[in-house]
Amino acid sequence: MAALHETGRGLSQGARNALPLLLFLLIGFAAPLIAVVAYSFMPARSFGLIHPPTLENYAEVFTGNSYISFTWSLLFAAITVFILALICYPIAYGLARVFGRWSPILTLLFTIPLFVSENVRLYGWILFFIKNGVLLGTLKSWFGIEPESWLFTRGIVLLGMVYVYLPFMLFPMTLGVSMVPNETREAARDLGATRWQVFREVDLPLSMPGIMIGLLLTFVLAVGAIAEAKVLGGQTIIPITHDIEIAFTYAQNWPLGAALAVLLMLVVGTLVILVLKRFDLDAILGRR
Amino acid sequence: MGPSLSPTGGEGIYDKDCMSKRPPILQLKSLTKSFGTFNAVDGIDLDIAEGEFFTIVGPSGSGKTTLIRMLAGMEQASGGDIILSGARINDLPANKRPTCMVFQSLALFPHRTVGENIEFSLKIKGIDPAQRKTRAFALLDQLRLPRDHYGKSVQRCSGGERQRVALARALAFDPQILFFDEPLSAIDYKLRKTLEKELKDIHRETGKTFVYITHSLEEAMVMSDRIGVMRSGKLVQVGTPNEIYSAPKDKFVSEFMGDVNVIPVSMNGSRKLIAESFDKEFAVAAVPDSFSAGHLVIRPEFIRFVDKAKDADNVLEGKLYNEYALGSRIQYQVRVGENVFIVEKLRQQSSTLRRDQTVLIGWDAKDGILVTG
Repeated sequence: MAALHETGRGLSQGARNALPLLLFLLIGFAAPLIAVVAYSFMPARSFGLIHPPTLENYAEVFTGNSYISFTWSLLFAAITVFILALICYPIAYGLARVFGRWSPILTLLFTIPLFVSENVRLYGWILFFIKNGVLLGTLKSWFGIEPESWLFTRGIVLLGMVYVYLPFMLFPMTLGVSMVPNETREAARDLGATRWQVFREVDLPLSMPGIMIGLLLTFVLAVGAIAEAKVLGGQTIIPITHDIEIAFTYAQNWPLGAALAVLLMLVVGTLVILVLKRFDLDAILGRR
Repeated sequence: MGPSLSPTGGEGIYDKDCMSKRPPILQLKSLTKSFGTFNAVDGIDLDIAEGEFFTIVGPSGSGKTTLIRMLAGMEQASGGDIILSGARINDLPANKRPTCMVFQSLALFPHRTVGENIEFSLKIKGIDPAQRKTRAFALLDQLRLPRDHYGKSVQRCSGGERQRVALARALAFDPQILFFDEPLSAIDYKLRKTLEKELKDIHRETGKTFVYITHSLEEAMVMSDRIGVMRSGKLVQVGTPNEIYSAPKDKFVSEFMGDVNVIPVSMNGSRKLIAESFDKEFAVAAVPDSFSAGHLVIRPEFIRFVDKAKDADNVLEGKLYNEYALGSRIQYQVRVGENVFIVEKLRQQSSTLRRDQTVLIGWDAKDGILVTG
């Protein structure tokens, strides 16, 4: 082994060890991505990759009304992330600092729903909100009031998204908050800072890596959300993922679907890179 | 036990009575902190004078950190009073107390520069940036930190620099009392020795009251005006470094000082001081009437090698087992039967001693310290 490495023939030990994983990444990750990008340049409704490349799919996306779906997806993802940040920070703070020995149990309670399929949980919400269901049925039989069902509204789609992506915001945030040394907090307080000033000057900046990871993770997931709009929203809003799915299945127009997917990746990728550049995690922690 | 029992030593360059004449800035009255049934701090009474460098020394678990955290306002007292300049401050939160603490971990703000760390309390007070910067530069100068460190990230500072930044940050707050929670314990020996002296110089320059916590009596001796030795939540002895050194109150305090020779002794029927482990009578300067049993403490530097049994008041025969070089001094381990003695000599004294050589060691009656317990 060592002799081989020393004579310079063949790959180094490290490269050879990494080879299986590299091949796996190439086949499992890079190849499908390349296929999608390649399809986006094929003529509409074609199923092969041997045609001369064309931009007609992109032309169709920009002249059509896909921008509405794009806007819905990005807007709902942004609102979801915003609401999640507000809800999760106090819970994360509690899990990391206040709840003590109850923290593991609470963490488990937040984790258990992840073991059940997302669709099943969303149908659970349908049973809860549907006319004569858990909520409205109870209200009707106990109090005799019959409000309109909230199902198939934009609000319920948002609720579904917030519900589904909560753990993905909560856990990175909890990690971020628990990274703040308690003595640093006490030092700030000792130097005259009020609780709010301690939060602003110490807690928030020092837990920023966890917060940023939570924000990015939930945003990327929420932009790709489709089940919430379909199951709970009943087509009140059409997210871009729905358009992509229709193009690939019902419309049998793979190149158009591929073009939409590439554009979505570009938009999300650009946003993520911009945010990461703006909030350099190392710089936040003063490592540079 | 009277002072006549103690060996006389240097009283230091300070005016001995200076501290006791000053008004107390901090008074503790039966201060207690309990965790369940356990008293981490158990009824401490103490007056600390204004401008004093007071050090609380104790082994880990003695409650010294809990004590200082109560004084700084990070821990609520279970009982007793903390009185600062005549006002009870038990219920005052840390940010309202005119005191400041330098933490063991230093607790610098890692996401801020040296300048921002130092200016933190000034920013909280709402002082304008130009004034803050002037003050920060003055502190950098005072603590011998280069001015170009102002914009440096604290994460890229060396251990010694971080110590100085932490002290500068606390001084910028302009506290009435500065608390220190073992800030030098994680620093290597040479730098620690330098910083100890610097800290004492800064104490002199600022004239502020310093209350320092450490587990090292050696560190306490170097810096303090007075030392309080703490054990199991109680103050065992309070005194100047010289008092603690030359007249330890009990075996615990004397052993805490470092290497000492401790011999269990008791009074026999005819009022003679007997050490059973040697089956021998020892001469001491005086024995208080109340003394019945306890320990005889002899510092290694007071024991010497002698030629004849008459050359010292107490002489024992033993075998030289080992020697340890301590820089300017050399320490010898001498075994007298089952008992081990530590003897110290200055290095410049020439020596013809060999391993396993039979030697006579002796000390004078006035150099033995009798302690109860």
